[in-house]
Order: sequence, then structure tokens, then C-alpha cells
Amino acid sequence: MAGKTATREAYGKALAELGKLNGRVVVLDADLSKSTKTADFAGVFPDRFFNMGIAEQNMIGTAAGLASAGKIPFASTFAVFAAGRAFEQIRNSVAYAGLNVKIAATHAGVTVGEDGGSHQSVEDIALMRSLPSMTVFVPADEAETFGAVRAAAEMEGPVYIRLGRAGVPPVHGDGFRFVPGKAVVLREGRDAAVIAAGIMVSAALEAASVLAGEGIECRVLSMHTVKPLDVEAVVAAARETGALVTAEEHSVIGGLGGAVCEAVCGNFPVPVKRVGLPDVFGESGKPEELLEKFGLTPSGIAAAVREAIKMKAGVKG
Amino acid sequence: MVHREIEMLRVRANEIRKDIIRMLGRAGSGHPGGSLSAADIVAALYFKVLRIDPQNPRRPDRDRFILSKGHAAPVLYAALAQRGFFPREELDTLRRLGSRLQGHPDMKKLPGVEMSTGSLGQGLSVANGVALAGKLDGLDYRVYVLLGDGEIQEGQVWEAAMAAAHYKLDNLTAFLDHNRMQIDGPIEKVMSPEPVPDKWRAFGWDVQVIDGHDMAGILRALEKAGSVKGKPQMIVAETVKGKGVSFMENQVGWHGVAPKPGEVERALAELGDRGPVEGEG
Repeated sequence: MAGKTATREAYGKALAELGKLNGRVVVLDADLSKSTKTADFAGVFPDRFFNMGIAEQNMIGTAAGLASAGKIPFASTFAVFAAGRAFEQIRNSVAYAGLNVKIAATHAGVTVGEDGGSHQSVEDIALMRSLPSMTVFVPADEAETFGAVRAAAEMEGPVYIRLGRAGVPPVHGDGFRFVPGKAVVLREGRDAAVIAAGIMVSAALEAASVLAGEGIECRVLSMHTVKPLDVEAVVAAARETGALVTAEEHSVIGGLGGAVCEAVCGNFPVPVKRVGLPDVFGESGKPEELLEKFGLTPSGIAAAVREAIKMKAGVKG
Repeated sequence: MVHREIEMLRVRANEIRKDIIRMLGRAGSGHPGGSLSAADIVAALYFKVLRIDPQNPRRPDRDRFILSKGHAAPVLYAALAQRGFFPREELDTLRRLGSRLQGHPDMKKLPGVEMSTGSLGQGLSVANGVALAGKLDGLDYRVYVLLGDGEIQEGQVWEAAMAAAHYKLDNLTAFLDHNRMQIDGPIEKVMSPEPVPDKWRAFGWDVQVIDGHDMAGILRALEKAGSVKGKPQMIVAETVKGKGVSFMENQVGWHGVAPKPGEVERALAELGDRGPVEGEG
């Protein structure tokens, strides 16, 4: 397997490349350009990069103004400050106004690590997903990040891209094509399906390997677009496997798990186990320690799959 | 400035005030006080200053006006209708189900509305973005934004004030509708933003203080602002909330209450001495 790359690293590269292809692309940051990697773009296109200082609300509003004048702004900061601090600016100045702003938020989830719970966004997918017209991408690796950035620039309307700090292995081979709103089946299986996003996709693949050793064949989907959700793929997984597990580096409330539950309960109800933070904030620690603590691991996913299969069989989970 | 032109703009401001009263009376809710206080500024912009084309409302080199204090939507709607962006009869639909005239301006619905506003404190940031885009594209349009004096209690306004000066947005002119009232009472009692001119100067802006109801003074200030280089400009307009309707003037109770039928009649009678004019609209 090739080396690990953080999705924020991929974002920086993708953005610098996009800048060459599309002169309408401009980038804003709130004093975190070295961490969010928008500095990669700033280095090549200094005139199209705007550091807005530590002022996220104004950054989002400025992006809205740039969009209204025909630019394609990418605004970046940590997920806590983008989706949280500037939520109402995103709601009213971007989404309600119907403006073409792309919010690329890095350092989402507990893999922020040592900085602690104040900086670990576990609610941003829920917040962004609740806004009418907002598209939400949660890429799993470098290839999905490149695809998400390119797709965001090509589509008209507000987009939220959720990116991570920690390195992740590639989950796609050569020839992968990112199609917005289309889940990717990475592994087939009929006993259960794991629907994962972000860093949990590679963990889901590992879990499926472990389960295969026990004779459990598990389908794995990368749901890089949490909104609009690929309901067809979710319902197919529900119908064909009868037991679902969702996995995300986010609260179990309102994120991918919530979206999948909403989709199955209205279409094809089956048991759904959600792997995520159990309605708690994160804390300081090494990223791998935190993932372990909250069960955001291959073994955590595998345990959830076994429970979901028991529930399918009518055994109390 | 030709005297006749100033008089024409005064009459226009009066016509805007009459439309504000009529549409709020029909709607049965809305914000008369802060709409009336801004009528002279808005008349000057839409009937003298803004380079706009109602037939081509999205042309890239147009001047922009952003009503950051979006609750004063009636003053914007009256000006847009009279300037020919949509039929004046449509003012009767204000705040009704299915209307393009939402309670607060919606750029997706109504031509001529440059930004959806209403949540206070957000318009100046957007104006900054439009001004930055103009500089990037080498277009010579100007961006105008109208803020309320209660609105500047929002922290985002000062983030935006800092950024406009930092990026030397001299193609940006802001007005402050300094009518000294907000919903809960006089701004100095609720949360004083004073001294207002000093604050904007300290943030790096060119600042003028004018009588916001003196048409000649408004035009002079706009001309002066347009010649400032390297700095955004703030025109602090001293205004009277409810201006033009005696029983509404300086009455905080008229911030967000629509006039009843009898009150509409009284208000229109006060405003009605000047007949409608044939302007550019």
C-alpha cells in the first residue's frame, strides 16, 4: 500500500492545480493557511489569495461577495470555526442567498489530537447537512479529495468539504473517478454493509478483512458525498445485506449515521448500527489514542457489524 | 449641482416615503422607522449616483448597493420599483405568500436586489467581497452599503471594517443611518456604539458626518467620497427615525410596527403635498 497523505495535504495540491485551470478560483483563509494548506495556492497565486485574519464570520461574508461578482471562492479554516463560528453567515449570506461559495474545512474530527476537544469538530456534518442547497463532501483519501475539489468548482452552489489533519492510506486504485452523489462500492458482500466516510473508510476495509476471516462477507461503501446522499446505494445495501453499519469521525447524531437512518427508515427499514462519537466532545491525546478510546477503529466497526447481523437475525443486540 | 435636480431628488425621496407607508399599511407588518430615515440617501443613490440598468440588472460593471440593514426592505423596494426594476403595483404584495418582495430582501427572487440581507452585521463583509472582485477584475464599479447604527453592535461589522481598510477598498462607500434608535430603545441606552465617527476613523476609514436628510449635502458627500484614494469611506448620516411622518418621528415604537389604515391616511396626507414626478424610472 502506498504511503499516507492527509486530505488537507491533498486539498492544498488540488487547489493549486485548480488555480491554473480556472482563473475564477480565489482562496480565503483565516490565519491558518499553513495548516489548511491553502498556502500552496497562495504561493502560486498571491493576487487571488486573501488572508482575512482571525475573523471567520467576515471571511465567509467576503467569500459571498466575491461569489456574487462571479468568482469561485474557496474559504478555509478549521472545521470548528468554519461550520461552527461562521454557521449563521454560511446559512444567510451563502446558502440562503444561493451563492457559489466553497467552504473547505480542515482539522475535522478527533484526529486533531493534542489540541483537544475545543478544536475537534464532531458536529460539522450535522450542521452543514441541515442547510437547504448545501452539498457536503467527506473525502476518504487523496483521490477523493482531488475529485471533491474539482467537482465543487464545477458545480454551481454552496459546497462544504470536510478534511482531516492526519494521514490516511489510499482507498482507491488507479482509474477511480469521483462522481458527486455516487457512493463507491469498495468491497462486495451480502451479510452486512459498512457505509463509511472520511478516515473511517480505510478502517472499514480493514474491518471487512477481519470479518472475512470469520466467514462474514461485508460490503464496504465510501460515501464521499453525505449530501445529497446516494439513497439508491443505501437502499440497495439495506435490501441486499439486511444489516447496516455507518462509520464516521463525527458525532453519531446528525452526521452520516443520521443521514443513512433517515434514508432506510423511509424506504427499507433494517437495523443500522452507528459508529461515531457517542454524543460527547473529544479531548487531548494522540490521534490514534483518541480513535481507540472512541472505538473509531477496525475492531470497533467489526463489533458493530456482528451486532447488526445479530439484530437482523432477531437476536437482541 | 443644479437646483432643479436637487428638487427632483427631494420629490423622489418623498415618493419613496409614500410607497413605504402604503406598502407597510397593506402588508400589516414591517419596519417603517428605519425605512423612512434612509429614504433621502436611497433616493440620491438610485436616482442620481448608481450606474445601473434596470433592463440588464446583472451587468458585470454595474454599481452595487447593498442594504445591510435589511429590515428597511421597503425603502429598497420602493426605489427599485420606481427605478423600473419591477412593476410598482407589485409593492402591494410585500410580505405575502408567493411574493418576490420578502419581509427581508431576497436576491434570488427580486431583480435589482444585490444581496439577501436581514440578519444584521453581514452586509459590509459582502460589500468587501464585491469590492475586492472589482479590483481583481479591473472593473471601475463602486460598491455602496447602508448600515444601521444599532447594527454596528454586531462584531462582524468591525471585522469587516478592519478588512476593508487593510485591503484599501477605495471603491467602497458605506453609509451609517444614524437615527439613534433600535427596537429596545435609544442606542445609547441599549448598547452605545459612540463615538461613531472616531471608531471608523480609528479603523482606517475616511469619515464624513452629514445631515442625512439634506439632499445637496448627501450628493456633496458622495462626490467627495468618490475621490478618496486608498481608503474605504464612511458617511455618517445624522437622520431622524420615521422622518417625514410627524407621529412616527423619533418614536422608537415605530421601529417595527406597520401603520393602521387611519394612520396610513394621516401619513400620506402629510407626505402628499408633493405629487408624483416623472423621473428616470
